[in-house]
Amino acid sequence: MAERLYGALAEFRSPEDLLAATRKTREAGYRSLDAFTPFPVEGLDRILRFPRPTISFVGLGGAIAGASAALAMQFFTNYDYPLNVGGRPIYPISAFAVVTFELTILFSALAMLFGMLWQNGLPRLSYPVFDGERFHRASKDRFFLCVGADDAKFDAGETLAFLSRTGALSVELVPE
Amino acid sequence: MSEHSDILPTRQSMGGIADQLTRIPLHFPADRRWVIAMSIASALLLLLMVSVVELFTRGVGIWGINIPVNWAFAIHNYVWWLGIGHAGTLISALLLLTGSEWRNSLNRFAETMTLFAVVCAGIYPILHLGRPWYVYWMFPYPATMGVWPQFRSPLEWDIWAVLTYLTVSLAFWYTGLIPDLAAARDRATRRGWQIFFGITALGWRGSARHWQRWQQAYRLTAGLAVPLVVSVHSEVSLLFAVGQIPGWHSTIFPPYFVLGAAFSGFAVVSIIAVSLRSWFGLKNLVTDDHLDLLGMVLLATGLMTGYGYVFEVFDAVYSGEAHEIQTLADRFTGAYAWTYWGAVIFNFIPLQALWLRTVRRSGWMLLLVSASVVIGMWLERYMILVTSLYRDFLVSSWSHFTPSFWDWSTYFGTIGLFLVPFLIAIRFVPMISIFESKELLHEEKEERQHG
Repeated sequence: MAERLYGALAEFRSPEDLLAATRKTREAGYRSLDAFTPFPVEGLDRILRFPRPTISFVGLGGAIAGASAALAMQFFTNYDYPLNVGGRPIYPISAFAVVTFELTILFSALAMLFGMLWQNGLPRLSYPVFDGERFHRASKDRFFLCVGADDAKFDAGETLAFLSRTGALSVELVPE
Repeated sequence: MSEHSDILPTRQSMGGIADQLTRIPLHFPADRRWVIAMSIASALLLLLMVSVVELFTRGVGIWGINIPVNWAFAIHNYVWWLGIGHAGTLISALLLLTGSEWRNSLNRFAETMTLFAVVCAGIYPILHLGRPWYVYWMFPYPATMGVWPQFRSPLEWDIWAVLTYLTVSLAFWYTGLIPDLAAARDRATRRGWQIFFGITALGWRGSARHWQRWQQAYRLTAGLAVPLVVSVHSEVSLLFAVGQIPGWHSTIFPPYFVLGAAFSGFAVVSIIAVSLRSWFGLKNLVTDDHLDLLGMVLLATGLMTGYGYVFEVFDAVYSGEAHEIQTLADRFTGAYAWTYWGAVIFNFIPLQALWLRTVRRSGWMLLLVSASVVIGMWLERYMILVTSLYRDFLVSSWSHFTPSFWDWSTYFGTIGLFLVPFLIAIRFVPMISIFESKELLHEEKEERQHG
């Protein structure tokens, strides 16, 4: 083929079929794999051997940043404008607890959500697999497995033939 | 999953669910009813705008507030609206973490309800400021006078709590919505819808890699949202409990407020669930089992709120303080006794019908009980505010409070402020989580096959 390929896409009827096919594909030596499903499929990430996501560390970083920012802000404002109200302490940790807690959660939640989008490379409005003839059903009721063209074992004809042997409903090539 | 019977009828197909739910925004089925509801809601919103313009021109004197009852409808409705919002977060976050599969049909509109209820709540303290255009004084910004906001005051905590709550709820709502926006994008045929959903779905493609990170982020945010709800309403109750006023200065306040919030919120969720499922014919997704579970949660949170009522009496009597006991007596027999007994009757008498399974499974009955709870909780917040303030320590500062026309018009106006964006939301985004319903349906089918 003249145009460059992104990969080969295979369509499956159920998550079980997809899991079985993914396992076979990995055993056959393919490494550059991704799956597209209408909902998160249990166990798929283990078969595909994705590294564990690091969102929790992003969230922890956000939490620490939020707590520090809140405490720094409150200590500073009371240092800069100390107000003696009935002899109460100027730097009361207990009175600072609420705002500190809220900002910890705010920073942490936003860090995780933006971190998730950033790690996933979103927003990205167009993507090669969207050109797949039947790909619109990936958000409905079909489960897709994609073998990337950058895979060492990838060969357009051979890979397509292999995928259709795994029980795919349909197979197709996706241009880059 | 295993010990429960199916909550969704397993006859339906995944594609069927996707088509059914995306059809609601894409080919809106109930145009006339929507237009009627929208006109009523817009009229209420217009009423709010008029009230706010009047308020900004003439000041808070147009309300019935006075000294000593300087907090009335403004903070009363703030607490009420904020409480309604809380059930949305609890349904979507707490039930997600505990793996309750029945949340899936309810979480989306419950979260949407939260967003707009929090907006309604949030405008009240701002309107109550007297000079609301100076609301930015609440933020630490480098003012020329070198004055900073006072972080030792609960009133300052308020703005941080509410804004955090609103932002996190919005982020959580949108994160859960992305896969469904992608489903709507793939079903859309008209150009305008393709662009709208294409942009809002951010190019989501359901990649396994994406799902993995998405799930972790979604669950962890849910984990943060649960303590956030508790902290926000506890903080609201501290506005009261940190004061010395009899009837407010009580340690039960934080849990009492949080449970009362969940109680009123679940009532509103039930009302919305019953209305939406009959409006859009969604009985296959919001089933009688869902109503049954909502009824049980309503009953449980109601009984816990009832414990708060009992403890308030105990707290006052056990303290032996004359002013506390006097406030208690004022609640039972004073000028505002109707709010106390109204709250008791509306909150707890119809509620007892929920012990019966047939009542819980009947949409109409659940709707009536929930409406009664919403009224009851509104009366309760009125009671807590006004009965404590109108007679405090000094006889010389006793006074009464009567809501003025503008009090009522602002309150009814906020109902419009809630309904208008809510109706717009049900017009434009899938109101029931599509991918989570499919996930549940798949689990149920698998369960059935493998036993």
